[in-house]
Amino acid sequence: MTLLLTHLFWLAGALLLVVGAMIVADKAHPRRFAAGGFWILYAVIFLVGDKLPAELVGVLVIAMAVIAGFGGVLGAKPNMPSEDTRRASAKRLGNLLFIPALAIPVVTVVVTLAAGKLAIGGTPLVDPKNATLVGFGIGCVIALALACFVTRDSVGQSAKEARRLIDALSWAAVLPQMLGMLGLVFSDAGVGKAVAHVATTYVNLDYRFVAVAVYCIGMALFTMVMGNGFAAFPVMTGGIGVPILINVFHGDPAVMVAIGMFSGYCGTLMTPMAANYNIVPAALLELPDKNAVIKAQAPTGALLLVLNIVLLNVLMFR
Amino acid sequence: MQTNLWPLLGVAVIIVGFLLRFNPMLIVAVAAIVTPLCAHFPLDKILAAIGTGFLKTRNIPLIILLPLAVIGLLERHGLRERAQIWIAGIKAATAGRLLIVYLLVRELTAAVGLTGLGGHPQMVRPLLAPMAEGATETRYGKISDAVRYKLRAFSAATDNVGLFFGEDIFVAFGAIVLMVTFLKEAGIVVAPMHVAVWGMPTALGAFVIHSVRLYLLDRRLAKELGGGAQASAPGDREAAPGIGAQAQPSANLAGE
Repeated sequence: MTLLLTHLFWLAGALLLVVGAMIVADKAHPRRFAAGGFWILYAVIFLVGDKLPAELVGVLVIAMAVIAGFGGVLGAKPNMPSEDTRRASAKRLGNLLFIPALAIPVVTVVVTLAAGKLAIGGTPLVDPKNATLVGFGIGCVIALALACFVTRDSVGQSAKEARRLIDALSWAAVLPQMLGMLGLVFSDAGVGKAVAHVATTYVNLDYRFVAVAVYCIGMALFTMVMGNGFAAFPVMTGGIGVPILINVFHGDPAVMVAIGMFSGYCGTLMTPMAANYNIVPAALLELPDKNAVIKAQAPTGALLLVLNIVLLNVLMFR
Repeated sequence: MQTNLWPLLGVAVIIVGFLLRFNPMLIVAVAAIVTPLCAHFPLDKILAAIGTGFLKTRNIPLIILLPLAVIGLLERHGLRERAQIWIAGIKAATAGRLLIVYLLVRELTAAVGLTGLGGHPQMVRPLLAPMAEGATETRYGKISDAVRYKLRAFSAATDNVGLFFGEDIFVAFGAIVLMVTFLKEAGIVVAPMHVAVWGMPTALGAFVIHSVRLYLLDRRLAKELGGGAQASAPGDREAAPGIGAQAQPSANLAGE
């Protein structure tokens, strides 16, 4: 049997289903049916999404957005032992506590590197196309076993802890996927073509430096709107990079794409649309300002974008 | 050929929605309906586009959801406190220095393809951020919530910067494959290795710029928390009276 992404979807779906059921059963929760229902809908999409008609999945997604949009995904009061208890436990267990946490990256890396060799009778054990993600999933399962062993606690308690963290994350856990979906819808609807049309029609690209700056800043801005450099790259490179920087000014294409993509990443540092890098950590770290991570990154992103424009102008036309 | 510019309305929905601070889930849902509507999609096709788009992107949240059970359980048993005790034992540690070292390791490991070695749920929340807070508390005593939040935000930012500008100089990374494939379709052949090499100046620039900012963060912390006189000599800890009171960091932490 080969471990596929599908198995990870089942695992995530099972976790969400348990969490959703816990919330619905929690009489102390302020809005248990809305919040529990939100996670159960999400679980359904993970567990049986492939078998449902796409239109129905679309309806479920919008239902989730509506529940979240009207404040339905509240968390319950977290139930944690006092800081003294945790400190005593930390002293008692010592550095053993690090082992399960570090097992996740270690197993991920080992599986990624060994994926090509892990096979029984010609059938690969791990989906070679998604070796890193599958390795990550295996790492999480092994780490959970180790964590239960080290702390002498139960899998049931770990589900309660997962619920505590999912409560803290709330809808921010779903936002990255929503934005990924939006990126696909945008490209279906031809947003990229429209942006390239506007950029090439209304900006004077006859000066080389202007064209270089427009390419880099355009990559950053379009990445900020889409939340993803990969979505901006074909639009800007097809609209300005290849026709102007390469065909008109004869620049080096390898330099252009390398620095162009990095200019997009500067945009990623500065946008709430890159939710998994910027909004999710703010929720995970329980920061009151959802844009705190972006604010910490923005100066690095802006300075680096300026550096990129200079580098591209110098290195591309050696 | 006439380009239909109306789908740009979807982009406007996003920008206006975020500026007016509507719930991001709602903004995205509205944009996902308005945009294809402007491209003259019928309703069932819009719903299907949303549904298939959401199904195709199910791999994105896995990295957030799967480690939660482990990390939550370890936190209950004191993982974050352990990280703070550990960093308190390293006398030279400051938040800025810790994050610079992490930035270097994160960028170098990502550059050789080991992107799984960091991440927000499994590394930043349970280990890196508590260490940055712990190092600062060991040095300056109790810190305010504002400082705590700033340290956490910088921890997350450092993980991002290291990942983004490291992974793109790894030849087998998806971004380089995407770039080379795109150029090939435009009739231009480039070697993936060249793309990786030309990414290095920016990768180095990212490390230098962000490290300088982390160094300045240390300076600012010393000035704000160290109390006047010792701010001018951040390297000379023993001379600082306010910090001398914290000479036994582990005893101090255990006593809290």
